[in-house]
Amino acid sequence: MNDQPHPPSEDKATITRISLSEIFLLFFHIGSLSFGGGLIAWVYREVVERRRWLTQAEFLGGLTLAQVLPGINMANMAVYIGQRMRGIGGAVAGLVGLLLVPFFAVIGLVSIYAQLGTSTTLQSFMDGLATTAVGLFASVGVKSLHTSATGLIPVAVIAAIVVMVGFLRLPLIPVVLGLATLSVAIAWHRGAADA
Amino acid sequence: MRDDHLWTLLLVFVPMSLLSIGGGGSILAPMYHQTIEVHGWLTPREFIDLFAISRAAPGPGATVVTLVGWKVAGWTGALVASIAIFLPSSILCFVAARVWNRYRGTRLHGALERGLAPVGTGLLFAGAIAVLRAAETGPLGWVIAAAATALLVWRSMHPLPVLFAGGTLYMVGTRLIA
Repeated sequence: MNDQPHPPSEDKATITRISLSEIFLLFFHIGSLSFGGGLIAWVYREVVERRRWLTQAEFLGGLTLAQVLPGINMANMAVYIGQRMRGIGGAVAGLVGLLLVPFFAVIGLVSIYAQLGTSTTLQSFMDGLATTAVGLFASVGVKSLHTSATGLIPVAVIAAIVVMVGFLRLPLIPVVLGLATLSVAIAWHRGAADA
Repeated sequence: MRDDHLWTLLLVFVPMSLLSIGGGGSILAPMYHQTIEVHGWLTPREFIDLFAISRAAPGPGATVVTLVGWKVAGWTGALVASIAIFLPSSILCFVAARVWNRYRGTRLHGALERGLAPVGTGLLFAGAIAVLRAAETGPLGWVIAAAATALLVWRSMHPLPVLFAGGTLYMVGTRLIA
Protein backbone atom coordinates (compact mmCIF):
# COMPACT_ATOMS: atom_id res chain seq x y z
CA MET A 1 0.00 0.00 0.00
CA ASN A 2 1.36 3.38 -0.98
CA ASP A 3 1.41 5.90 1.83
CA GLN A 4 1.03 9.55 0.94
CA PRO A 5 3.18 12.12 2.73
CA HIS A 6 1.40 13.95 5.52
CA PRO A 7 0.44 17.56 5.20
CA PRO A 8 2.78 19.67 7.36
CA SER A 9 -0.04 20.62 9.76
CA GLU A 10 -0.33 16.99 10.89
CA ASP A 11 3.37 16.35 11.18
CA LYS A 12 3.41 15.51 14.86
CA ALA A 13 5.73 12.96 16.41
CA THR A 14 2.84 10.92 17.80
CA ILE A 15 1.32 10.65 14.35
CA THR A 16 4.39 9.56 12.40
CA ARG A 17 5.26 6.84 14.93
CA ILE A 18 2.18 4.77 14.23
CA SER A 19 2.53 2.29 11.38
CA LEU A 20 -0.13 1.37 8.85
CA SER A 21 -0.01 -2.23 10.01
CA GLU A 22 -0.77 -1.12 13.59
CA ILE A 23 -3.86 0.73 12.36
CA PHE A 24 -4.90 -2.21 10.20
CA LEU A 25 -4.43 -4.74 13.01
CA LEU A 26 -6.33 -2.67 15.57
CA PHE A 27 -9.42 -2.42 13.37
CA PHE A 28 -9.03 -6.02 12.16
CA HIS A 29 -9.16 -7.05 15.83
CA ILE A 30 -12.20 -4.86 16.57
CA GLY A 31 -14.01 -6.00 13.42
CA SER A 32 -13.42 -9.68 14.19
CA LEU A 33 -14.36 -9.79 17.85
CA SER A 34 -17.22 -7.34 18.16
CA PHE A 35 -20.32 -9.49 18.01
CA GLY A 36 -23.67 -7.77 18.24
CA GLY A 37 -22.48 -4.18 18.25
CA GLY A 38 -20.85 -2.04 20.92
CA LEU A 39 -17.86 -1.42 18.64
CA ILE A 40 -17.47 2.20 19.70
CA ALA A 41 -16.70 1.11 23.26
CA TRP A 42 -13.87 -1.10 21.96
CA VAL A 43 -12.39 1.73 19.92
CA TYR A 44 -12.46 4.11 22.88
CA ARG A 45 -10.67 1.62 25.13
CA GLU A 46 -7.93 0.88 22.61
CA VAL A 47 -7.35 4.27 20.98
CA VAL A 48 -7.78 6.61 23.96
CA GLU A 49 -7.12 4.61 27.12
CA ARG A 50 -4.54 2.02 26.08
CA ARG A 51 -2.68 3.33 23.01
CA ARG A 52 -3.24 7.05 23.59
CA TRP A 53 -3.37 7.86 19.91
CA LEU A 54 -6.08 10.45 20.57
CA THR A 55 -7.07 12.56 23.55
CA GLN A 56 -10.60 12.20 24.87
CA ALA A 57 -11.61 15.49 23.22
CA GLU A 58 -10.21 14.38 19.86
CA PHE A 59 -12.07 11.11 20.16
CA LEU A 60 -15.36 12.84 20.98
CA GLY A 61 -14.88 15.24 18.07
CA GLY A 62 -14.40 12.28 15.73
CA LEU A 63 -17.38 10.47 17.19
CA THR A 64 -19.63 13.47 16.59
CA LEU A 65 -18.35 13.74 13.04
CA ALA A 66 -18.87 10.00 12.43
CA GLN A 67 -22.46 10.25 13.67
CA VAL A 68 -23.42 13.48 11.96
CA LEU A 69 -22.07 12.43 8.55
CA PRO A 70 -23.83 9.79 6.48
CA GLY A 71 -22.31 6.34 6.67
CA ILE A 72 -21.90 3.53 9.16
CA ASN A 73 -20.66 5.12 12.38
CA MET A 74 -17.93 2.54 12.94
CA ALA A 75 -16.65 2.73 9.37
CA ASN A 76 -16.54 6.53 9.64
CA MET A 77 -14.69 6.23 12.94
CA ALA A 78 -12.08 3.93 11.34
CA VAL A 79 -11.65 6.45 8.50
CA TYR A 80 -11.40 9.38 10.95
CA ILE A 81 -8.80 7.72 13.19
CA GLY A 82 -6.85 6.34 10.21
CA GLN A 83 -6.84 9.79 8.60
CA ARG A 84 -5.63 11.48 11.79
CA MET A 85 -2.81 8.96 12.21
CA ARG A 86 -1.54 8.40 8.68
CA GLY A 87 -3.60 10.30 6.09
CA ILE A 88 -5.15 8.39 3.21
CA GLY A 89 -3.11 5.22 3.83
CA GLY A 90 -4.28 5.14 7.43
CA ALA A 91 -7.91 5.62 6.45
CA VAL A 92 -7.72 2.72 3.97
CA ALA A 93 -5.91 0.51 6.50
CA GLY A 94 -8.57 1.22 9.15
CA LEU A 95 -11.55 0.66 6.87
CA VAL A 96 -10.23 -2.52 5.22
CA GLY A 97 -9.12 -3.89 8.61
CA LEU A 98 -12.55 -3.27 10.08
CA LEU A 99 -14.52 -4.91 7.27
CA LEU A 100 -12.34 -7.85 6.17
CA VAL A 101 -13.47 -10.50 8.67
CA PRO A 102 -17.14 -9.37 8.83
CA PHE A 103 -17.38 -9.61 5.01
CA PHE A 104 -16.46 -13.29 5.00
CA ALA A 105 -18.19 -14.05 8.30
CA VAL A 106 -21.68 -12.98 7.14
CA ILE A 107 -21.37 -14.92 3.90
CA GLY A 108 -20.15 -17.96 5.84
CA LEU A 109 -23.08 -17.68 8.25
CA VAL A 110 -25.67 -17.26 5.51
CA SER A 111 -24.31 -20.37 3.74
CA ILE A 112 -24.62 -22.41 6.92
CA TYR A 113 -28.08 -21.00 7.49
CA ALA A 114 -29.17 -21.92 3.93
CA GLN A 115 -28.47 -25.59 4.70
CA LEU A 116 -30.38 -25.55 7.98
CA GLY A 117 -33.08 -23.14 6.85
CA THR A 118 -35.94 -25.64 6.68
CA SER A 119 -36.03 -26.08 10.46
CA THR A 120 -38.92 -24.11 11.91
CA THR A 121 -37.22 -23.97 15.30
CA LEU A 122 -34.18 -22.26 13.76
CA GLN A 123 -36.46 -20.01 11.72
CA SER A 124 -38.22 -18.94 14.89
CA PHE A 125 -34.88 -18.39 16.68
CA MET A 126 -33.75 -16.16 13.78
CA ASP A 127 -37.01 -14.20 14.04
CA GLY A 128 -36.32 -13.70 17.73
CA LEU A 129 -32.73 -12.61 17.01
CA ALA A 130 -33.90 -10.03 14.46
CA THR A 131 -36.55 -8.76 16.84
CA THR A 132 -34.07 -8.45 19.69
CA ALA A 133 -31.52 -6.75 17.43
CA VAL A 134 -34.08 -3.98 16.95
CA GLY A 135 -33.25 -3.20 20.58
CA LEU A 136 -29.59 -2.60 19.64
CA PHE A 137 -30.23 0.46 17.55
CA ALA A 138 -33.44 1.49 19.33
CA SER A 139 -31.26 1.74 22.46
CA VAL A 140 -28.80 3.96 20.57
CA GLY A 141 -31.82 6.03 19.51
CA VAL A 142 -32.96 6.37 23.14
CA LYS A 143 -29.45 7.32 24.31
CA SER A 144 -29.07 9.86 21.50
CA LEU A 145 -32.24 11.66 22.65
CA HIS A 146 -30.05 13.38 25.25
CA THR A 147 -28.24 15.32 22.54
CA SER A 148 -30.92 15.44 19.84
CA ALA A 149 -34.23 16.13 21.62
CA THR A 150 -33.26 19.54 22.93
CA GLY A 151 -36.51 21.42 22.25
CA LEU A 152 -39.89 21.36 20.58
CA ILE A 153 -38.56 21.68 17.03
CA PRO A 154 -35.99 18.85 17.29
CA VAL A 155 -38.68 16.59 18.82
CA ALA A 156 -41.02 17.48 15.93
CA VAL A 157 -38.24 16.59 13.45
CA ILE A 158 -37.71 13.22 15.17
CA ALA A 159 -41.46 12.50 15.15
CA ALA A 160 -41.80 13.53 11.49
CA ILE A 161 -38.98 11.15 10.45
CA VAL A 162 -40.45 8.27 12.49
CA VAL A 163 -43.91 8.72 10.95
CA MET A 164 -42.83 9.46 7.37
CA VAL A 165 -40.04 6.88 7.04
CA GLY A 166 -41.03 4.27 9.64
CA PHE A 167 -44.80 4.12 9.29
CA LEU A 168 -45.68 5.70 5.93
CA ARG A 169 -42.53 4.33 4.21
CA LEU A 170 -42.07 7.49 2.17
CA PRO A 171 -38.86 7.58 0.11
CA LEU A 172 -35.83 8.36 2.28
CA ILE A 173 -34.00 10.81 0.04
CA PRO A 174 -36.52 13.68 -0.23
CA VAL A 175 -37.67 13.23 3.38
CA VAL A 176 -34.14 13.35 4.83
CA LEU A 177 -32.91 16.14 2.55
CA GLY A 178 -35.99 18.25 3.28
CA LEU A 179 -36.07 17.76 7.04
CA ALA A 180 -32.27 17.97 7.47
CA THR A 181 -32.14 21.28 5.58
CA LEU A 182 -35.02 22.65 7.65
CA SER A 183 -33.52 21.41 10.91
CA VAL A 184 -30.02 22.81 10.21
CA ALA A 185 -31.50 26.14 9.08
CA ILE A 186 -33.46 26.43 12.35
CA ALA A 187 -30.36 25.48 14.36
CA TRP A 188 -28.43 28.18 12.44
CA HIS A 189 -30.97 30.85 13.34
CA ARG A 190 -31.08 29.72 16.95
CA GLY A 191 -27.28 29.90 17.01
CA ALA A 192 -27.60 33.53 15.96
CA ALA A 193 -30.17 34.15 18.69
CA ASP A 194 -27.95 32.53 21.33
CA ALA A 195 -24.89 34.51 20.29
CA MET B 1 -28.53 -9.84 -16.84
CA ARG B 2 -25.74 -10.28 -14.31
CA ASP B 3 -24.14 -6.96 -15.25
CA ASP B 4 -27.54 -5.30 -14.98
CA HIS B 5 -27.82 -6.59 -11.42
CA LEU B 6 -24.40 -5.20 -10.50
CA TRP B 7 -25.31 -1.78 -11.87
CA THR B 8 -28.63 -1.87 -10.05
CA LEU B 9 -26.83 -2.76 -6.80
CA LEU B 10 -24.64 0.32 -7.27
CA LEU B 11 -27.61 2.52 -8.13
CA VAL B 12 -29.51 1.34 -5.04
CA PHE B 13 -26.71 1.39 -2.45
CA VAL B 14 -24.51 4.36 -3.44
CA PRO B 15 -27.29 6.91 -2.73
CA MET B 16 -28.12 5.03 0.49
CA SER B 17 -24.47 5.28 1.54
CA LEU B 18 -24.56 9.06 1.14
CA LEU B 19 -27.90 9.44 2.92
CA SER B 20 -27.38 7.00 5.78
CA ILE B 21 -27.32 9.70 8.45
CA GLY B 22 -27.31 8.17 11.90
CA GLY B 23 -25.58 4.96 10.87
CA GLY B 24 -26.66 1.53 9.68
CA GLY B 25 -30.07 1.46 11.34
CA SER B 26 -31.26 4.39 9.26
CA ILE B 27 -30.98 2.54 5.93
CA LEU B 28 -33.19 -0.37 6.97
CA ALA B 29 -36.52 1.22 6.08
CA PRO B 30 -35.47 2.33 2.56
CA MET B 31 -33.57 -0.94 2.08
CA TYR B 32 -36.69 -2.93 2.85
CA HIS B 33 -38.57 -0.84 0.29
CA GLN B 34 -35.91 -1.16 -2.44
CA THR B 35 -34.94 -4.83 -2.09
CA ILE B 36 -38.44 -6.22 -1.62
CA GLU B 37 -40.99 -3.83 -3.08
CA VAL B 38 -39.04 -2.17 -5.93
CA HIS B 39 -36.60 -4.82 -7.18
CA GLY B 40 -38.11 -8.04 -5.83
CA TRP B 41 -34.68 -9.39 -4.89
CA LEU B 42 -35.89 -10.77 -1.57
CA THR B 43 -39.08 -11.86 0.12
CA PRO B 44 -39.86 -10.23 3.50
CA ARG B 45 -38.91 -13.57 5.08
CA GLU B 46 -35.47 -13.54 3.42
CA PHE B 47 -34.90 -9.91 4.38
CA ILE B 48 -35.50 -10.74 8.04
CA ASP B 49 -33.18 -13.77 7.85
CA LEU B 50 -30.37 -11.71 6.30
CA PHE B 51 -30.87 -8.95 8.86
CA ALA B 52 -30.67 -11.43 11.74
CA ILE B 53 -27.55 -13.10 10.29
CA SER B 54 -25.79 -9.75 9.85
CA ARG B 55 -26.53 -8.95 13.49
CA ALA B 56 -25.29 -12.31 14.76
CA ALA B 57 -22.01 -11.92 12.83
CA PRO B 58 -19.13 -9.72 14.00
CA GLY B 59 -18.75 -6.21 12.60
CA PRO B 60 -21.18 -3.45 11.74
CA GLY B 61 -24.79 -4.46 11.07
CA ALA B 62 -24.58 -2.83 7.64
CA THR B 63 -23.01 -6.06 6.38
CA VAL B 64 -26.65 -6.96 5.68
CA VAL B 65 -25.98 -5.05 2.44
CA THR B 66 -23.13 -7.50 1.66
CA LEU B 67 -25.66 -10.31 2.01
CA VAL B 68 -28.18 -8.64 -0.30
CA GLY B 69 -25.41 -8.37 -2.92
CA TRP B 70 -24.48 -12.00 -2.34
CA LYS B 71 -28.10 -13.10 -2.80
CA VAL B 72 -28.44 -11.06 -6.01
CA ALA B 73 -25.14 -11.85 -7.76
CA GLY B 74 -22.90 -14.13 -5.67
CA TRP B 75 -19.38 -13.10 -4.63
CA THR B 76 -19.17 -10.27 -7.18
CA GLY B 77 -22.51 -8.96 -5.96
CA ALA B 78 -21.33 -9.11 -2.33
CA LEU B 79 -18.19 -7.13 -3.19
CA VAL B 80 -20.01 -4.56 -5.34
CA ALA B 81 -22.76 -4.01 -2.76
CA SER B 82 -20.19 -3.68 0.07
CA ILE B 83 -18.14 -1.12 -1.87
CA ALA B 84 -21.34 0.75 -2.81
CA ILE B 85 -22.48 1.07 0.82
CA PHE B 86 -19.09 1.73 2.49
CA LEU B 87 -16.91 3.64 0.01
CA PRO B 88 -18.93 6.80 -0.85
CA SER B 89 -19.64 7.69 2.79
CA SER B 90 -16.02 6.88 3.71
CA ILE B 91 -14.64 9.25 1.07
CA LEU B 92 -16.99 11.94 2.35
CA CYS B 93 -15.90 11.26 5.94
CA PHE B 94 -12.22 11.39 4.93
CA VAL B 95 -12.64 14.82 3.35
CA ALA B 96 -14.76 16.04 6.27
CA ALA B 97 -12.20 14.81 8.83
CA ARG B 98 -9.57 17.06 7.25
CA VAL B 99 -11.68 20.23 7.35
CA TRP B 100 -13.55 19.46 10.59
CA ASN B 101 -10.97 20.91 12.98
CA ARG B 102 -10.61 24.13 11.03
CA TYR B 103 -14.27 24.95 11.59
CA ARG B 104 -14.54 23.86 15.21
CA GLY B 105 -16.36 26.43 17.33
CA THR B 106 -17.89 28.27 14.37
CA ARG B 107 -21.59 28.88 13.88
CA LEU B 108 -21.85 26.49 10.91
CA HIS B 109 -20.17 23.68 12.89
CA GLY B 110 -22.70 24.08 15.69
CA ALA B 111 -25.71 24.41 13.41
CA LEU B 112 -24.86 21.24 11.47
CA GLU B 113 -24.26 19.30 14.66
CA ARG B 114 -27.50 20.40 16.33
CA GLY B 115 -29.61 20.31 13.17
CA LEU B 116 -28.65 16.80 12.04
CA ALA B 117 -28.85 15.17 15.48
CA PRO B 118 -32.69 14.83 15.54
CA VAL B 119 -32.65 13.52 11.95
CA GLY B 120 -30.27 10.74 13.03
CA THR B 121 -32.34 9.85 16.08
CA GLY B 122 -35.56 9.76 14.05
CA LEU B 123 -33.99 7.44 11.48
CA LEU B 124 -32.85 5.02 14.19
CA PHE B 125 -36.43 4.68 15.46
CA ALA B 126 -37.86 4.48 11.91
CA GLY B 127 -35.45 1.59 11.20
CA ALA B 128 -36.59 -0.22 14.34
CA ILE B 129 -40.23 0.14 13.29
CA ALA B 130 -39.52 -1.08 9.74
CA VAL B 131 -37.91 -4.28 11.02
CA LEU B 132 -40.64 -5.00 13.56
CA ARG B 133 -43.28 -4.56 10.89
CA ALA B 134 -41.43 -6.77 8.39
CA ALA B 135 -40.84 -9.51 10.95
CA GLU B 136 -44.57 -9.79 11.69
CA THR B 137 -43.72 -11.15 15.10
CA GLY B 138 -46.86 -9.91 16.80
CA PRO B 139 -47.03 -8.53 20.36
CA LEU B 140 -44.36 -10.98 21.63
CA GLY B 141 -41.80 -9.47 19.22
CA TRP B 142 -42.60 -5.90 20.27
CA VAL B 143 -42.32 -6.86 23.95
CA ILE B 144 -38.95 -8.57 23.43
CA ALA B 145 -37.62 -5.64 21.37
CA ALA B 146 -38.76 -3.18 24.04
CA ALA B 147 -37.22 -5.31 26.81
CA ALA B 148 -33.92 -5.55 24.89
CA THR B 149 -33.91 -1.77 24.39
CA ALA B 150 -34.53 -1.21 28.11
CA LEU B 151 -31.75 -3.63 29.13
CA LEU B 152 -29.26 -1.99 26.77
CA VAL B 153 -30.15 1.55 27.80
CA TRP B 154 -30.56 1.27 31.56
CA ARG B 155 -28.34 -1.69 32.43
CA SER B 156 -25.74 -1.09 29.67
CA MET B 157 -25.55 -4.85 29.12
CA HIS B 158 -23.27 -6.42 26.52
CA PRO B 159 -25.42 -6.84 23.39
CA LEU B 160 -24.41 -10.45 22.62
CA PRO B 161 -26.08 -12.19 25.60
CA VAL B 162 -29.14 -9.94 25.14
CA LEU B 163 -29.38 -11.01 21.47
CA PHE B 164 -29.20 -14.71 22.20
CA ALA B 165 -31.52 -14.50 25.21
CA GLY B 166 -34.07 -12.67 23.04
CA GLY B 167 -33.79 -15.23 20.24
CA THR B 168 -34.24 -18.13 22.66
CA LEU B 169 -37.12 -16.45 24.50
CA TYR B 170 -38.94 -15.79 21.25
CA MET B 171 -38.39 -19.37 20.04
CA VAL B 172 -39.73 -20.83 23.30
CA GLY B 173 -42.55 -18.26 23.42
CA THR B 174 -43.87 -19.06 19.94
CA ARG B 175 -43.76 -22.80 20.76
CA LEU B 176 -45.84 -22.33 23.90
CA ILE B 177 -48.40 -20.21 22.03
CA ALA B 178 -48.60 -22.72 19.14
